[in-house]
Amino acid sequence: MSGVRTKRGTSILLGAASMVVFVFSVFPVYWMVNTSLQPNNEIRGSVPNFVPQHLTTANYETVIFDPGRAPFLPALGNSLMVTVSTVVIALVFAFLASLAVTRYRFRSRKTFIFAILIIQMIPAEAMIVSTYRVLDGWNLLNTIAGLTLVYVATVLPFTIWTLRGFVNGVPVELEESAMIDGCSRTGAFWRITFPLLAPGLVATGVFGFIQAWNEFLLALVVNSRPEMMTLPVWLRTFQQVTGTTNWAAIMAGSTLMAIPVIVFFLLVQGRMTSGLVSGAVKG
Amino acid sequence: MTSSVLLVREHESGGVQELPPDPGTTRRKRARFTPIVLLVPALIILAAVIGWPLVQLFVMSFQEFGRAQVFGADAPFVGLDNYARVLGDPQFWAVLGRSVLFCVANVITAMVLGTAVALLMNRVNRFFKTLVSVGLLLAWAMPALTATIVWGWMFDTQYGVVNYLMEAVSGQDFTNYSWLIDPFSFFVVATIIVTWGAVPFVAFTIFAGLTQVPDEVLEAAQLDGAGAWQRFRLIVFPYLRSIFVVVIILQVIWDLRVFTQIFALQGIGGIKEQTSTLGVYIYQTSIGGGDYGTGGAIAVIMVILMVAISVFYVRRSLREEEQ
Repeated sequence: MSGVRTKRGTSILLGAASMVVFVFSVFPVYWMVNTSLQPNNEIRGSVPNFVPQHLTTANYETVIFDPGRAPFLPALGNSLMVTVSTVVIALVFAFLASLAVTRYRFRSRKTFIFAILIIQMIPAEAMIVSTYRVLDGWNLLNTIAGLTLVYVATVLPFTIWTLRGFVNGVPVELEESAMIDGCSRTGAFWRITFPLLAPGLVATGVFGFIQAWNEFLLALVVNSRPEMMTLPVWLRTFQQVTGTTNWAAIMAGSTLMAIPVIVFFLLVQGRMTSGLVSGAVKG
Repeated sequence: MTSSVLLVREHESGGVQELPPDPGTTRRKRARFTPIVLLVPALIILAAVIGWPLVQLFVMSFQEFGRAQVFGADAPFVGLDNYARVLGDPQFWAVLGRSVLFCVANVITAMVLGTAVALLMNRVNRFFKTLVSVGLLLAWAMPALTATIVWGWMFDTQYGVVNYLMEAVSGQDFTNYSWLIDPFSFFVVATIIVTWGAVPFVAFTIFAGLTQVPDEVLEAAQLDGAGAWQRFRLIVFPYLRSIFVVVIILQVIWDLRVFTQIFALQGIGGIKEQTSTLGVYIYQTSIGGGDYGTGGAIAVIMVILMVAISVFYVRRSLREEEQ
């Protein structure tokens, strides 16, 4: 619908509006990085520095090496372990399930798809106490395994739904012709379909990574012990401990937590936009 | 269908063709079990980590369940007492009303701004379109918690850049203006944060829909003298109606259960009693107050509310996919 003619005055106005949208969208991200690169005393002036006057990495050093009562590195380690295990386990399980619902037709197939989409919508806010108690019963509170288990269940419905779309996109005729040529059903699948699914698996995995990396509430309830915190819980604790006295260091911590997500997100977003609409997930 | 399991071709269009049944009985028998075997790992995890706690939640909402019960005391059944207490508590209704109001305000703001941005992207040249896309993607990629903390810094009472800019633009005195202490301006800040994160999703989705609207129809309408608003209302909107419905439902679901932004913003400087939404209220009642039975009853009410909205949405999207 770009064919509608535009007058010159209108097009200047539209360009200006685009600039406003751009600045408004980018400014908080810019402000986070900008603050994190300045000495803490220089961000506490009557006029804020829109560009750092004295570039420094001191805030990052504070966060990483001298964070006081909220150690950063253990939280980073926990986050990495939990997210990576979550992604690997969820991908394997979701992959198997998505094969079942795309390549086979069975009586409860529709019910299963309906159920995972509904499960997706159950708010974590409502589940915190019972999840806590169930994990407590299994002696899995404040463990990597426990939080991983919770996250696998959290990302699984979306992962199944998205992979199902990718598997559907590979024509089953390719497998059939390999089977006619003497391949077993399993062999046909691994040699023909699986390689074609690789990009879909990567994209889905990255989205699971982002979800698990950003998750805050369940981690706050289930892994509350300081040495078992993940990065979001750490960031909030660091902000609470530091109060309003060292915003520069808090911004350095925020940057460190946000960067992997931003990079990954930019890599896969195009592939996932349609999946997001149907799968309904937000960090 | 004679056998419950048949190998099928499922095209993207959703059309299904059954293959002739496998002549070998052993193969067929194996095929009958394959899909179930493939589903087992996912089913076990979902049953254990979502299903079982959900059952516990329902049971707990009919019990007297406080700190003592966490440490092993018996939890006596109290029938509907927890629900009666919740529904008779004016604070609960205040929280629910606040959540609904916040949700409505945020959905409307995000929809209006998102649609405007989508229409803008559709009209500008490639350079500006890329510029807007890059900005939106950055905002979209930002984790909700990080975004809240960054906005909290920008709205800081003493050194926040917002107060500086407000003073520079309006000429009024914003020195040490505290945004989070007053519930209304607290929710204004919360709305800015939530909207900032939601607009990219709305804008990109609607923009994708806009590219489906045929140029010829719009040009014809313009030649016939239809103004911009008429073209949007009479041509573009009907084309996009189903996209609008889906995006609105998703926004309602996300905004009604908002937790991270409110919780983190309270940690930066809000008054909890006057700013809690449903999710935060459950957290405070259960984890903060130690009254798990009452918290459970509120949680059950919330689950029912969300699932009711979701069933409507899921039915709709499954039906659309089959068409």
